[in-house]
Amino acid sequence: MDLQSYMAVPPGIGMEENFFSLDDILLSHERLPCRTESAFPRLGFLEKSSETRDIPEGTKMEMPLWLAKGLYERKRRVLSVELPKVYREGWRTVFGADPIVVDLHKMGPYYYGLGSQMLHFDSPENPEIANTILQTFIGRFRRTMDSSQNAYNEDTSALVERLDCLERNRNINN
Amino acid sequence: ISFCLNEAKTEGKSELIPSIKFRHSCLLRNQRCIAAYLYDRLLRIRALRWEYGSVLPTAIRFHMCAEEMEWFNQYKKSLATYMRSLGGEEGLDITQDMKPPKSLYIQVRCLKDHGEFEIDDGTVILLKKNSQHFLPRWKCEQLIRQGVLEHVIS
Repeated sequence: MDLQSYMAVPPGIGMEENFFSLDDILLSHERLPCRTESAFPRLGFLEKSSETRDIPEGTKMEMPLWLAKGLYERKRRVLSVELPKVYREGWRTVFGADPIVVDLHKMGPYYYGLGSQMLHFDSPENPEIANTILQTFIGRFRRTMDSSQNAYNEDTSALVERLDCLERNRNINN
Repeated sequence: ISFCLNEAKTEGKSELIPSIKFRHSCLLRNQRCIAAYLYDRLLRIRALRWEYGSVLPTAIRFHMCAEEMEWFNQYKKSLATYMRSLGGEEGLDITQDMKPPKSLYIQVRCLKDHGEFEIDDGTVILLKKNSQHFLPRWKCEQLIRQGVLEHVIS
């Protein structure tokens, strides 16, 4: 059913998610490597490798974003979240050099969304992360706008493949 | 949740708090997924009123639950009340002509047998499969959307 009058709830802007947005729900399903800073009694059954009753402090496990956000506390007693590679120093320089070249879909289809959400976890690199995301978007903006405006009869699938979800939605709306 | 946390603190079992928060996050997640799913269904049902008109095809109605049907009826009523309040005495049907029309009358071909169809000046047209007619655009719009008529562009 492809209804013209159907407008889905859009994803949230910046660090906020839209509760009803299906895009945000999919985005917050992404897994992040984390380390527990406190023990989780009686939840041992979730950790497939250990046979203990509890999840001890200092366990390294992967958690979906929604869980990490729910457990994270500023005073850092509970969880510490590792920054995914794409947002770290190394990749940040790549994005700084030439944002257009990167295949953003492969880097995790939610580059901008997940990056904005990572800012919740109080990493000391937050200002640099935010800046990189912004500059990348600006750098690619011209190219993606051009291609979506001029896409009338051409096959742009090769181009679209390398866009992340935010850019693709803008493509469609154009 | 605050009740559970308080109980944990008072009974000296504050080490359970991380697990309580863990479980609570999971419950909230489930709640969010269900709510977003139901809300998305409503958005699509609302769009149906604009696509298919006030009467939904049986196939679609089959997939809706009673509460959604009720919601659709209420939405129909609100929309009708609003349309009546526009444009003077008879109101304005804004579900017609959603794109600016190119001409007043259009050539249509009938895709299925639909029986008799009356137009404004009283004439009755028999809509038999494969018959072609020259009819006022606004009368045909809903039937086109329902798949009964097909706009013939020569």
